[in-house]
Amino acid sequence: MNTSTVGSRTYPQVSSLPMSDALISARALTKKFGDFVAVDGIDFEVRQGEAFGFLGPNGAGKTSTMRMIGAVSPITEGDLTVLGLDPMTQGPQLRSRLGVVPQENNLDEELTVFDNLMMYGRYFDLSRAAIRERIAELLAFVQLEDKRDAKISALSGGMKRRVIIARGLINEPDMFILDEPTTGLDPQARHVLWDRLYRLKQQGVTLIITTHYMDEAEQLCDRLVVMDKGKIVAEGSPLSLIAQHTPRDVVELRFPVGVLETVGDHVAGLSDRTEILADRALVYTDDADKTIAVISESTLEPETVLARRSTLEDVFLRLTGRTLVD
Amino acid sequence: MATPLPLRVFEAEARTYRRTWRGSVFTSFLSPVLYLLAMGVGLGSLVDANLPAGLENVPYLTFLAPGLLVATAMQTGAGEGSWKVMGGIKWTQTWKARLASPIGTTSLVIGHMLWSAARVLMVSAIFAFMMAAFRVAPLLQSLAAVGPALLVGVAMVAITTAFTVRLEDPTGLAMFFRFVVIPMFLFSGVFFPITNLPGWLQPVAVVTPLYHAVELARATVVGTTPAVAWWVSVLYLSALILAGTVLAMAPIRRKLTP
Repeated sequence: MNTSTVGSRTYPQVSSLPMSDALISARALTKKFGDFVAVDGIDFEVRQGEAFGFLGPNGAGKTSTMRMIGAVSPITEGDLTVLGLDPMTQGPQLRSRLGVVPQENNLDEELTVFDNLMMYGRYFDLSRAAIRERIAELLAFVQLEDKRDAKISALSGGMKRRVIIARGLINEPDMFILDEPTTGLDPQARHVLWDRLYRLKQQGVTLIITTHYMDEAEQLCDRLVVMDKGKIVAEGSPLSLIAQHTPRDVVELRFPVGVLETVGDHVAGLSDRTEILADRALVYTDDADKTIAVISESTLEPETVLARRSTLEDVFLRLTGRTLVD
Repeated sequence: MATPLPLRVFEAEARTYRRTWRGSVFTSFLSPVLYLLAMGVGLGSLVDANLPAGLENVPYLTFLAPGLLVATAMQTGAGEGSWKVMGGIKWTQTWKARLASPIGTTSLVIGHMLWSAARVLMVSAIFAFMMAAFRVAPLLQSLAAVGPALLVGVAMVAITTAFTVRLEDPTGLAMFFRFVVIPMFLFSGVFFPITNLPGWLQPVAVVTPLYHAVELARATVVGTTPAVAWWVSVLYLSALILAGTVLAMAPIRRKLTP
């Protein structure tokens, strides 16, 4: 333990945070674009080896936060330290130790997979021989060995995302930042990608992920913050967030067109917490079987009844009154 | 020792160029041949028949060739500063991708300028060789005209880049070529002395970067005395390079690292 000496007595040094293993530390971090506040004074910390998520709808401030962490967007107010460096003054040094997967596919479509990766590796001033070796490893890792000499324009969306993941890992980064890594992909391609990211996590790579998919957050994140309108509204592991903010089960009821609007009061009487969405009603409960029994004995005549476990989607609905994907 | 960041950008551009170099080098050879044949030899025979003393006391082909050399450099510069910049920022977003690496916006712009200068140099050098092949001037004199070509080419890269980074969509670029690049090509003294322009237009021609490069190149190849002192032209073109580069920085920062 660090100690400091005052007079003849020794005190343990007061430190509010164990700084030793915090890779990112943000205090009152704020990003404004003119009058618009994109990130509104958020505090968070990311530790070595964890998979940390930012969950929230579009426009919640996730990408702005990521861009400040990635030293490609100046901080408006507050403090931010990433890998012990100041993104505002040590940008190039910091970026040389980060891997980034941006939201958009910004590969050079006209070049081959190999050339894209070689070009990117050279930005980090790695030797050509070292990059060549690394490319072979990475293409094996993202399962694209047979696409080494294919043009990017000939690849599917899922393959392009995997090339971008390989590109982000070319410099063996200390931290891997992924902004909406699977948005726009079909379910199968998403699962392939999740599997690769899960392997990285097991190898001890620190992952920072933004997503508006609750299943992605649940699959990948050890810990996450829920963001809405530039603020952090909750923080914890996916399981603890669900346990804290919502009952265990949800019964989803669908009604014929026109009926949903008329059953609000009746549904509200079924539980302490219910939600009427645009297309269905949600009844939160600790015992789904019991609730379904109550419904079947009532005068309600839903078209379908579905019981499921609560998810982060329900947590988000609870905290903000809105759904994640509109 | 670490490679300077702008040189890493230069290398990336060279790697991208490798893909299309054959077509591009072919065009660089073909375009001077076509221009020199059509304008210099074809039109030149008419001009020479009407002006027994020639323009500046030389055959029209000799008068024209150094102007065409720097005009080609100017157009190459405008090309490098327009579509490629728009692509890097908006279409392929490869410039944005670069900024996630140690490359910053300043290195990005300087690297872009360096690579574009290399492109202008390539095109101009090929043109100078073709001039020598057409026996317009001895090889060394032709190659000396690459100097002004490089200056005006890079000045155009800088000006066009500063313009392009302020655009939201490419319609402005089409206008830029139609109302700036092509008129400059036609009326800056490449095809005829600007003293043949209406009086009110002459000062406009004198302000164009191309006019200064034409005067310098023609002095080198034909031996004419420039209307403006050579060092004024060199300073003017250098100032445009600096101004364009500096003016490109802020919008690039605003767009790519908001």
